[in-house]
Amino acid sequence: MRIEKHPILNFEKERKKIHFTFNGHPAFGFEGDTIASALHALGVKKLSHSIELKRPRGFYCAIGNCSSCQMTVDGVPNVKTCITELKAGMEVKVQTNKGELYDK
Amino acid sequence: MISKDLVIIGGGPAGLCAARMAAEAGQSAILIDRNAKLGGQLIKQTHMFFGSEKQYAKTRGIDIAKKLLDDVGSYPELIEVWEDATVVGLYPDKVITVLKQEKYLKIQAKAIIVATGASEKVLAFENNDLPGIYGAGAVQTLMNVYGVKPGNKIIMVGSGNIGLIVSYQLMQAGVEVVSLVEASPNIGGYKVHAAKLRRYGVEINTSCTIKKAIGKEAVEKVVTIKLDENWNEIPGTEKTYEVDAICIAVGLTPLTSLLSMIGCEMKYISELGGLVPVTNKYHETSIDNIYVCGDSSGIEEASSAIVEGYLTGLIASSKLGKKHPKFAELVDDFQSQLENLRNGPFGAKIRQGLKKLGGSVDA
Repeated sequence: MRIEKHPILNFEKERKKIHFTFNGHPAFGFEGDTIASALHALGVKKLSHSIELKRPRGFYCAIGNCSSCQMTVDGVPNVKTCITELKAGMEVKVQTNKGELYDK
Repeated sequence: MISKDLVIIGGGPAGLCAARMAAEAGQSAILIDRNAKLGGQLIKQTHMFFGSEKQYAKTRGIDIAKKLLDDVGSYPELIEVWEDATVVGLYPDKVITVLKQEKYLKIQAKAIIVATGASEKVLAFENNDLPGIYGAGAVQTLMNVYGVKPGNKIIMVGSGNIGLIVSYQLMQAGVEVVSLVEASPNIGGYKVHAAKLRRYGVEINTSCTIKKAIGKEAVEKVVTIKLDENWNEIPGTEKTYEVDAICIAVGLTPLTSLLSMIGCEMKYISELGGLVPVTNKYHETSIDNIYVCGDSSGIEEASSAIVEGYLTGLIASSKLGKKHPKFAELVDDFQSQLENLRNGPFGAKIRQGLKKLGGSVDA
C-alpha cells in the first residue's frame, strides 16, 4: 500500500530495500521506513494485542505516544515500532505477553 | 551530571523557535527531542499555512520545518541538539533525566522551557480499538513521511481544519474518502476547505457520528448514525460503509505530564484541549524559571506555537541575564502577532480558554 503518485511529495522509487523478518517470515521495507510503516505497506495492520482479552491492536498515533504498536524486536520487548527505524536483519515479532525484562 | 542554564524540551515549532530566539539573545541551550529528527509535526504537513507572512503563511509545513531547522542550525556554538533523546523525569530542583540512545543522563538546569506538544484524542465507539483506526496525525505521518497509504477506502470523523485538510491529503495520496462525519450540526473548520472537498465529491454528514466499527483482525466496515439536536442517536438512521480504515480527527490534548511531575499548578480547560499549566503573561508556570509554550500550554495552530516559542525564548534568556538587544520591541511584536492570530470567530474558543486560565493574555 505505497503511494504511487503524489502531487506535492516525491517518494524516490529507487530507495534501498531493507530485509527483515516478521514472525519468522521474510519481509522487506525501504530505507527511511519505521518497522510499523514497512509492515503497514505490506498489509500488516495487527501489530500487537490487548493483554487480557487478546484483542488485535495496531498503531493509533504513529508518533510514539499511544503504545499500541509495541512489538518484540531482536528479543527486546515493548519496542515502539512506529518510531523505530527499520534496520536490515531485524527480527520483528508480535509480542505474546507483557514483555519480560529481557526475553532473550 | 551535566550543567546547563537553559534546557528546551521538544524540538517542534515552539521549541525550535524558543531555541533560535535564545541564541539570538546570546543564550546557550540544550534542545532535546525524542525523535530522530527535529521539526515536530511540521514534517508531515504538506498543506500551506494560513496567518500572516510573519508566521510563514502560504508556505507548506514541511518547508517551514526546514526553515526553522536552518535558523537553529546557524547557531551551532550556542544550541546543542540532542536527538533520539527522551526526557523521562523533571524534578523540583530542576534536574532533568534523559534517556539518550540507551544511556541515562542527568542535567542540572537553571531554566527549562517545556514545548512537548500534544497527543491525539480518541473517540468512544464499539470496536474503536481495531487495527485500521488511526488518529489524523498518524494518517499524515504514514502518508506524508513514509509514503504509505493508511488504506484504500477510509471514513473521516471530525470536520475541524485537521479533518478537512487530511481528507484532502488522503485524496492526493490516492485514497478514497467515502464520507466525512461530524457530530455537531456545523462544520468546524474553514468553509474554503469544506467546499474543496465537496467539489471533489466527498459527502460531508453533519449531526452524524460513528456507531461502531466491524472487523475481525482489522476494520472491514463502519456503521454511522445520525444525531438529534440533543446529540442522541436516532434509531433507524444507521448506514454501513465498507472501509479498511477510519481516521479520527476529534482534536488534540496537551502533553503535560512533565509539568505535572515537577509540580506546576494545572487547570482543566476544555477550550484549550484539557489539562494545562497555569501561566503568567511571560509564559512562566507557577514554578520560577519553568516555562511552557506551544500546544503543551493549550491547543492552537502551529503558527501560534511559532510565535509563542519566540516569545518564551526571549523571556527565558532575559531572566537568565541575556537580554536580546531588541527585547522590548520584539516582545510587543510577538504579543500583537498572537493577538492577531486569535482574532475573529475561529479564535473565540482559544480566547475563552485563556480567559478561564486567568492571568495571562498570551499563554
